[in-house]
Amino acid sequence: MNLKVNGEVRNLGEIDPLTPLLWALRDELGLVGAKFGCGISQCGACTVLVDGQAVKSCSYPVSAVGEGQVTTIEGLANGDGELNAVQQAWVDLDVAQCGYCQAGQIMAAEALLRTNSNPGDDDIDQAMASNLCRCGTYIRIREAVKMAAAVRHTAEAADAAE
Amino acid sequence: MSTLNYADIGDVVPTVTGERTVAGEGASDLRIGKLDRRQFLKLTGLVGGGLMLSFTTPRALANAAALRPNGYIKIDATGIVLYAKNPEIGQGVKTSLPMIVAEELDAAWGDVEVVQSTIDQNLYGVQFAGGSMSIPMNWDALRRSGAAARAMLVEAAAKRWGVEAASLSTQDSYVIHAGSGRKLKYTELAGEAAAVPVPDPQSLTLKKRDQFRLLGQRITGVDNRALVRGDPLFGIDQTLPGMQYAVYQKCPAIGGKVKSANLDEIKGMPGVSDAFVLDGNGNAMELLPGVAIIAANTWSALQAKRALKVEWDESDASKDSWSHAKAEAERLRSESGPPVVNTGDVDAAFASGAKQASGFYTYHFVSHATLEPQNCTAWFKDGALELWAPTQTPGQGIGSAAKVVGISPSKVTLHQLRCGGGFGRRLYNDFTTEAAAIAKRAGVPIKLQWTREDDMAYDLYRAGGFHQMDGSVDENGKITGWRDRFITFTNDGRRPVSGGGLSPGVFPAGLVDSVRVEQTALPWKNRCAAWRAPGSNVFGFVVQGFLDELAHLAGRDPLEVLLEVLGEPRQMGGRRGMHTGRAAGVVKLAAKEAGWGRELPDGHGLGIAFYYSHAGHIAEVAEVSVDDQKQVKVHKVTVAADVGPIVNLSGAENQMQGSVVDGLSTMTGLSVTFEDGRVEQSNFDQYPMLRMPSTPEVAVHFVDSDYPPTGLGEPALPPLAPAVCNAIFAACGHRIRTLPISEEGFSLA
Repeated sequence: MNLKVNGEVRNLGEIDPLTPLLWALRDELGLVGAKFGCGISQCGACTVLVDGQAVKSCSYPVSAVGEGQVTTIEGLANGDGELNAVQQAWVDLDVAQCGYCQAGQIMAAEALLRTNSNPGDDDIDQAMASNLCRCGTYIRIREAVKMAAAVRHTAEAADAAE
Repeated sequence: MSTLNYADIGDVVPTVTGERTVAGEGASDLRIGKLDRRQFLKLTGLVGGGLMLSFTTPRALANAAALRPNGYIKIDATGIVLYAKNPEIGQGVKTSLPMIVAEELDAAWGDVEVVQSTIDQNLYGVQFAGGSMSIPMNWDALRRSGAAARAMLVEAAAKRWGVEAASLSTQDSYVIHAGSGRKLKYTELAGEAAAVPVPDPQSLTLKKRDQFRLLGQRITGVDNRALVRGDPLFGIDQTLPGMQYAVYQKCPAIGGKVKSANLDEIKGMPGVSDAFVLDGNGNAMELLPGVAIIAANTWSALQAKRALKVEWDESDASKDSWSHAKAEAERLRSESGPPVVNTGDVDAAFASGAKQASGFYTYHFVSHATLEPQNCTAWFKDGALELWAPTQTPGQGIGSAAKVVGISPSKVTLHQLRCGGGFGRRLYNDFTTEAAAIAKRAGVPIKLQWTREDDMAYDLYRAGGFHQMDGSVDENGKITGWRDRFITFTNDGRRPVSGGGLSPGVFPAGLVDSVRVEQTALPWKNRCAAWRAPGSNVFGFVVQGFLDELAHLAGRDPLEVLLEVLGEPRQMGGRRGMHTGRAAGVVKLAAKEAGWGRELPDGHGLGIAFYYSHAGHIAEVAEVSVDDQKQVKVHKVTVAADVGPIVNLSGAENQMQGSVVDGLSTMTGLSVTFEDGRVEQSNFDQYPMLRMPSTPEVAVHFVDSDYPPTGLGEPALPPLAPAVCNAIFAACGHRIRTLPISEEGFSLA
């Protein structure tokens, strides 16, 4: 089975098609950014994007991806290793405590900002409600989402002005 | 009497094995093997460990053109490396401890690379993450280590320039001679500085607080860039060549042994290479009996675990029952128990008091629920063991693994990995010990992975408890008598479980004239242990809630009563005891910042609570509103803390915000219940932790103080629940006496 991940086609060999996408990424492809937290779509630590939509990869059979494009946290930075706006906001605001949930949080935020470039508090709360942070960094996550949105707006405005 | 051995329970601060873990003749082969293997491993954590290994070799120290005055610093031509000694569990010590070194070293933070150190008692003393102790235990030594290196660099520059050392200054990784305008970067001086004798640490002059350039600033965590890229920082992310994936099934009722299992069927499943029984080693904190399954990947292992059928011998297994314990407590609440505190004459105070109040307080067991389920990677080869472990107590992890594998601790190397949450869970090394035992039998590197269900079923829980509270006030509204009849649990039949014992210093001992605190323990087999701010996290709820009850009984302002009880400024107990002046200071600050006494919207209430724990003086004020469906909206929590100078303002504030969220999450809807020895909750759908929409605004205020600094992982948690419960009473007149508040029909909006 082949899987399109972060712009590349990766071969999974003869993998059990029911294998959750999470374990295909982690065990077979060495992409360990997505994390195992609960295995039942409750915590969101395993969140990745399939065709831009946030999915809980712990409960998403790898065979269901089909021709879809998977984006993991490893695929957000550009080729030069430059962090994207969401990642950079997470660093600038020192969001993480233990950091275990944050890859999932960042992917959920990325999915939100791709559909809503200027989310308000309620939009953020709703979009992020399926991601648990055991350390309780929600206050900073909320701020980081807003910061990333503002940075992208500024960048887009600059592009438009050129 | 229990046949399980709970010998290690209660020792939150770990004992040290007393043997070096890496250096020494016996480990040299292992070291070479590791360095060779290093290039194949996808382990960023290990790379740092590898660097440190050569560092611990005396010959390397002598030959190197690098300045290595102690275990915390390495400066050579390529840069400045600072070593973080303690496990990072989210409390921020991988950033804050090196900041302390960098301050006295006068290194520019941007020049510093931070590396997790090896586990080495000779170099570092005890290494652990617990008790909010990393900052207070290491503050002085880290400052002196940085100052020593700085003095050596200054001496080297003085020699090179032929000037007096006293005429030189340092800043931003440079030694500067103001007289001539010359300056040299530390990296240029490292080789010469390495030849300067290391000064006596006690001879060094340390900075005054107003000279700090780095401490007190907002510094983003040193792993943050790697974290947001998804780099393999955590225990669960580790991979070794030829590694297999292991799972381990224990008896649902703790203490049960394996009678038989469908091992042949399991071994025939796709991807499964082996399945076998481990008998356990008789110590419930180390290795419980169970069935191990080894497979080619996690999914195959999980599928096999699901298909596993075990017949358990439960003759010695837990029969723990929450409903039974509760009934026992209901009976015992009216009987006197052995006193822990007995000052004045409570009976006389009650007899002469103008008014009396009483209440029966209850709190449930809870789980640590670290988001990273327990895991450990282990490789047993040629009589030596390597562990890649997300543990809070690596020294104990080494000791237990050595014991269960049957080798000397000097033959065990433990690579400290970042922990996906700690909260006390990883003070206990049952998961690393299991991995060691499985690896010995497997003969290949294995990664042991617990499921969430394993994690919830085999936690070391924060014990539940019951308090029959009685108190009296006189005609002036002053508290005259206080009795706390505590019913707790014991694992070993001798002493209360860790975090389940009241100490003689418990509030309000020494503050109210007549105080009697009694303690009776019910036998309990499921393991209980330290959970963030052990003891304090529940006692704060009880004593600060009941204090609020007595204030209302007296018809007085709870703030006024709290300050009256704290009384004149004085030091209670030892050096790390509460100071009532600092306590009153944070109480007043929190009240002022929250606008205590102001006009509130209809249905709103303010509640205040103070608690002293882990050397931190912390007061919190909550503003809540409650609707007629008993839905509680927490609008804002104001925190005031006096913990001495702040090391990393960003990290410190994050800990305070997180403690508020953790406290609110736990008090709202979290409980673990037991029947027939089994835990009734299995995953997050039955253990509903707080999510973003219920997160309140949190305002954090630090008192500027010159006291020795202390850690912030724990002390902000205990005041949260009583502040919110007192606010609920102020808002709607309902007194919460049970946690979680869902037991009394309340929920969070």
